[in-house]
Amino acid sequence: MARLPYLPHTDADIQAMLDKIGVKKLDELYSDVPAEFLHKGVYALPPAMSEQEIRDCFASLEAMNAKLKVFVGAGAYDHYTPAVIPYLCARSEFLTAYTPYQCEISQGTLRYIFEYQSLICALTGLDVSNASLYDGPTAAAEAMKMAVACTRKKTRVLLSRGLLPHVMEVVETYARFHGVQIGYVPVMNGQTCPNCLKAELAKDDVAGVIVPSINRYGIVEDHTGFADAIHAQKGLLIEYCDPSALAVVKTPGEWDADIAIGDGQPLGLPLSYGGPYVGFMAVKKEHMRKMPGRIVGQTVDKEGRRVFVLTLQAREQHIKREKATSNICSNESLMALWVTIYLSLMGPEGLKEVNKLSTDGAHYLYGELLKTGQFEEVFPGKPFLKEFVLKPKQAGLQERLEKAGFFAALPTEEGYVSFCVTEKRTKAEIDALVKAVKEG
Amino acid sequence: MKYYDKLIFECSREGRCGYSLPRNAFPAAGELPAALRRQAPLALPQVSEPDVVRHYTNLSQMNFGVDTGFYPLGSCTMKYNPKINEEMAALQGFQGLHPLMPARLTEGACKVYEEMDKALAAITGMYKFTFAPCAGAHGELTGLMLMRQYHINRGDLKRTKVIVPDSAHGTNPASAAVCGLEVVEVKSLANGRIDVEALKPLLTDEVAGIMMTNPNTLGLFETEIGTIAALVHAAGGLLYYDGANMNPLMGVVRPGDMGFDIMHLNLHKTFSTPHGGGGPGSGPVGVARKLVDCLPAIRVSAFHGNFGVILRAYAYILALGQEHLRKVGQYAVLSANYIKESLKDVYKLPIEGVCKHEFVFDGLINDGAHDDVPGATTLDVAKRLLDYGFHAPTIYFPLLFHQALMIEPTETESKETIDAFIEVMRKIAAEAAQDPNILHDAPHNTPISRPDETTAARNPILKYQENS
Amino acid sequence: MSKIIEGLKYSQSHEWVKVEGNIAYIGVTDFAQKEMGDITYVDMPEEGDDVIAGEEFGALESVKASSELISPVSGTVVLVNGELEDAPEKVNEDAYGAWIIKVEMSLPSELDALMDAAAYKAHIGE
Repeated sequence: MARLPYLPHTDADIQAMLDKIGVKKLDELYSDVPAEFLHKGVYALPPAMSEQEIRDCFASLEAMNAKLKVFVGAGAYDHYTPAVIPYLCARSEFLTAYTPYQCEISQGTLRYIFEYQSLICALTGLDVSNASLYDGPTAAAEAMKMAVACTRKKTRVLLSRGLLPHVMEVVETYARFHGVQIGYVPVMNGQTCPNCLKAELAKDDVAGVIVPSINRYGIVEDHTGFADAIHAQKGLLIEYCDPSALAVVKTPGEWDADIAIGDGQPLGLPLSYGGPYVGFMAVKKEHMRKMPGRIVGQTVDKEGRRVFVLTLQAREQHIKREKATSNICSNESLMALWVTIYLSLMGPEGLKEVNKLSTDGAHYLYGELLKTGQFEEVFPGKPFLKEFVLKPKQAGLQERLEKAGFFAALPTEEGYVSFCVTEKRTKAEIDALVKAVKEG
Repeated sequence: MKYYDKLIFECSREGRCGYSLPRNAFPAAGELPAALRRQAPLALPQVSEPDVVRHYTNLSQMNFGVDTGFYPLGSCTMKYNPKINEEMAALQGFQGLHPLMPARLTEGACKVYEEMDKALAAITGMYKFTFAPCAGAHGELTGLMLMRQYHINRGDLKRTKVIVPDSAHGTNPASAAVCGLEVVEVKSLANGRIDVEALKPLLTDEVAGIMMTNPNTLGLFETEIGTIAALVHAAGGLLYYDGANMNPLMGVVRPGDMGFDIMHLNLHKTFSTPHGGGGPGSGPVGVARKLVDCLPAIRVSAFHGNFGVILRAYAYILALGQEHLRKVGQYAVLSANYIKESLKDVYKLPIEGVCKHEFVFDGLINDGAHDDVPGATTLDVAKRLLDYGFHAPTIYFPLLFHQALMIEPTETESKETIDAFIEVMRKIAAEAAQDPNILHDAPHNTPISRPDETTAARNPILKYQENS
Repeated sequence: MSKIIEGLKYSQSHEWVKVEGNIAYIGVTDFAQKEMGDITYVDMPEEGDDVIAGEEFGALESVKASSELISPVSGTVVLVNGELEDAPEKVNEDAYGAWIIKVEMSLPSELDALMDAAAYKAHIGE
């Protein structure tokens, strides 16, 4: 049998180690396991593959996937990834380290997390960011728990129906088990309804309200008056944001939100069939001690040099156990590095340019699609950036476009179809998509 | 490793950029209404591409990873991360898939999930896995939600307590609390195992189940697991298996056969995917057949979990195959016992006997305390290890021992590496006996010395400010 | 040796109470602050909150630990020591000067269940 290259043990090594332990066979190391639990059968696994066989196997799996131009967003955006990022993130000093428990040999990780926190604060306009969470929806669920912990006597959290469906489902799942009541604020005219919000707030039991900065229809929402109304009831305003768009749209800080959350995926992370992504969370300073997740802080070492450490740890599960606000242990560190490098490369102008290219492309597509006569406008005149919905006059558009090489026209539950354009989509691709629509 | 002091913000110069974007071929869209526009300046750094590359390369050089050296961090299973896994996860045909693509467009990805499900079921004896959870703690929470859902589906609504051993990782009670369960602690015996007699009276009709790690956090096999499973099941409860310690059981024992109904695995521990400085991981949850109906009611993450991590784990499973699976468990256990036996004359071993993949010392036998000089603590030993080029073990966990030092070597370390570690651990013990101050002041050879953590917590500085 | 002050009341969980009529000042003992080490944060209730004897009203945090504060009496918090928000080290420097909350007691007879200085000295075994 071929050896596995990951296992360095020679027969002589094994024998010497067994001798030191004072047992004769490897099996004796399991003498404490009752015999009934030692697996006697054969494990139903394929035979071991060599490296080339693994490559071949993956190549055949890869070939089973369709290769389409992506014109869909809905929570995962096909933005461009600068070549530098995967190159640097593959450095094994970053890749093969764990949570920076030993700060003396983890300053690399700790520094980039500190940079990441600073960048998230810059984007959101809030005071304090954690070291990242799993993804956008779980960040929303954490924010929901946090709102209840911060406001104590309040028991209900409101969700705007403008949030992406999968965000709502995750929050609902967490709420059901954590014992938080969920209420809803409907969308009217393509935007979270302010009067409905006020009616819900009047019940005086609202710990927090989660609203989308850009909603599931791609519309940039106007949250004028939301913070005042919510704060008057001692609740928290929680903004769910696309961090890429924060370069151009009003920030959670500018809306006077208490918590900003969202998925970092639009910041150059590959689609990767849904993960790994990275959730972000930033809060006003007064809430920082109720924030879940790791946090990195700056201090000095014995020689007075600027150094970084995990800090405010008394909030966390390994100290507070069942009294911790969250069970989160780690972060999505490597993806936080990815985001950090992305934002460093793009800078303020690059990120604005990404928005400009995507927005201009999306508006061009919107206009061209309307010209085909096969769609009705759903929210005429409402402001959008890279994503929008239309009402198709004929069914089956998504499948037809697939055959032409596009993943586009994603059906929504209201019977609309959703499109998204990023800076990766060229004018030629958009024209080809429109042609495919016309040809039906 | 050398100290490098810059932050990316300090590399910034007005007018530099590190991006390359296409020319805009579109007519300009109208501007957003002013009320919806960002007014605040966007304080991102402005840095050229070479500056970015050099900065992060410099940062990386202050880091220690598995590829740098031995990383015996107990309960974290810091095994070697095969490079073929990275190559497979980077394939464009997987990276380019949108998560909302219907199955007809993603047959290859769907096949990976199917095959992973089958393989993990074979390895663990569970019936079906969900891959949505993004980490171990996330899997744990998902597992507990499934536990509650099972009782709810049966109309058994009063089961709101969960039993957790006192040796459990802090995540267990924290996950239980997030899931709305009340934690009931069960004590351990002097031999480190759950006290079955203490468990019996706790098993009321309000108990949803028990959370266990087996081997437990002391690295000891819970020998009474058969009895415990029978008792919990008889009381109407379920058994949850925390897969953090699955590595020693690979190819030898299956949690499903021990009576566990729900479990999570850490693909980033047992299945060799890189820890990435704290993530991304993946924490798939397996359930017994009777819980399959509970799966659809639980949605815990955005889409299909951390697909990129699952691809890596699949490549690893293909490399292991039937033939090598058992060696993973056996060699991990062999290495742990070898280190334990080689050091127990200088470090306190609180519980004798064969361990599994890890074990816990309770500090030094001779800590060198004399006159006014305090003895060397576990923290001191850990910091001194850094001087000698090793990562430290897990320290001060589990909480059952005051000077806990938890060592997990994994199966991918050679005997030479392990012998070098043993030699250094003995040397440190000798240093402590002679002059504990050498240890108190450690580390000496790292890019930084011990930080002032008290000031960091009292006056938190959590983001970059100019001239800070 | 930890400092113990005559005339104060003490709880099993190492809080002290200074009584002024119907008002109780509550802090932690010198013994408790030593056990805790460098205190990095004092988690305090809000003014107007009710506290209940034997129940948690806040926590002391150090770098690696969190310790519950248990109220020795029941009543309403009329004032919290805002100074500790920015300077938690004051608890380390002068445990008996750094009161944490000022409570208007609803059941002053609860004070009878607390220890005097001598009993507390025996309690901590010094």
